[in-house]
Amino acid sequence: MERIPILKMGEFLLVTIQVDMHDRLALALQDDLTQRIVDTSARGVLIDISALDVVDSFIGRTLGNIAAMSRILDAETVVVGMRPAVAITLVELGLPLHGVRTALDVEKGMGLLRKAVAGRRPGDGYRAQ
Amino acid sequence: MDIERSEVIRVTSSEDVVRIRQLVREWAIRSGFNLVEQTKIVTGASEIARNTVNHGGGGTLLVEAVNNGSRRGIRLTFEDKGPGIADLELAMKDGYSTGGGLGLGLGGAKRLSNEFEISSRPGEGTRVRMTRWK
Ligand SMILES: Nc1ncnc2c1ncn2[C@@H]1O[C@H](COP(=O)(O)OP(=O)(O)OP(=O)(O)O)[C@@H](O)[C@H]1O
Ligand SMILES: [Mg+2]
Repeated sequence: MERIPILKMGEFLLVTIQVDMHDRLALALQDDLTQRIVDTSARGVLIDISALDVVDSFIGRTLGNIAAMSRILDAETVVVGMRPAVAITLVELGLPLHGVRTALDVEKGMGLLRKAVAGRRPGDGYRAQ
Repeated sequence: MDIERSEVIRVTSSEDVVRIRQLVREWAIRSGFNLVEQTKIVTGASEIARNTVNHGGGGTLLVEAVNNGSRRGIRLTFEDKGPGIADLELAMKDGYSTGGGLGLGLGGAKRLSNEFEISSRPGEGTRVRMTRWK
């Protein structure tokens, strides 16, 4: 099965979702990311969804699961680039993605990750801010 | 009501769910829906398509470009011959799921459409019809 590529950038992992994911692909990304966080001791995950023109409850739930899992593994997750039409639709769907940090673009997302990681002592498991 | 165009496609796998998102997007664009409306129609279609695959054991989608004289719209009818739903009122409730989901699919798809009908008989199957008007 095809996989969504995960890039390592220093202490962060970067994922750019460029295809409309079917459910198994979304689950594979969730598993792969969890494994990579452990393998690389990454402190943050940045997921760029600017190419996605639809995020339904399954993809939304997957993003939430990734954020929750990375937190347990002491890494922050930021989702960037959500299109306005997608954001509006998610709220109406009833999935406002509580618990998932978002930023407008990759640059702002990276800034948020750096700040979150800097404001946290290693291993204390708490989020900054 | 006039039906301008229609197409039937199968809904049996999670790859079909992705194909349906793309197809419904094309139909919504062709009917002149704006970006936010397209996204709502496609998202609702994705939810019900997944239910058809995961809960209904697969089925079909009938896509129709419709016209009620003054407005154009898109009507989506999903049908399966799966186990059906015993308590529709309960199934429509946000948070109710028998499959470990969030239970947002049916309620969410209803909110994302202008007209929403669901009929089901235990042991015979389920039909969901959603219409969005321009
Ligand atoms: N086509 C169907 N055939 C049989 N049962 C269905 C069908 N569609 C929905 N259901 C039942 O209705 C329940 C609610 O559906 P809904 O889409 O709201 O939530 P879900 O699919 O369980 O979770 P989610 O869509 O949030 O991932 C399902 O758990 C299932 O029991
Ligand atoms: Mg569902």
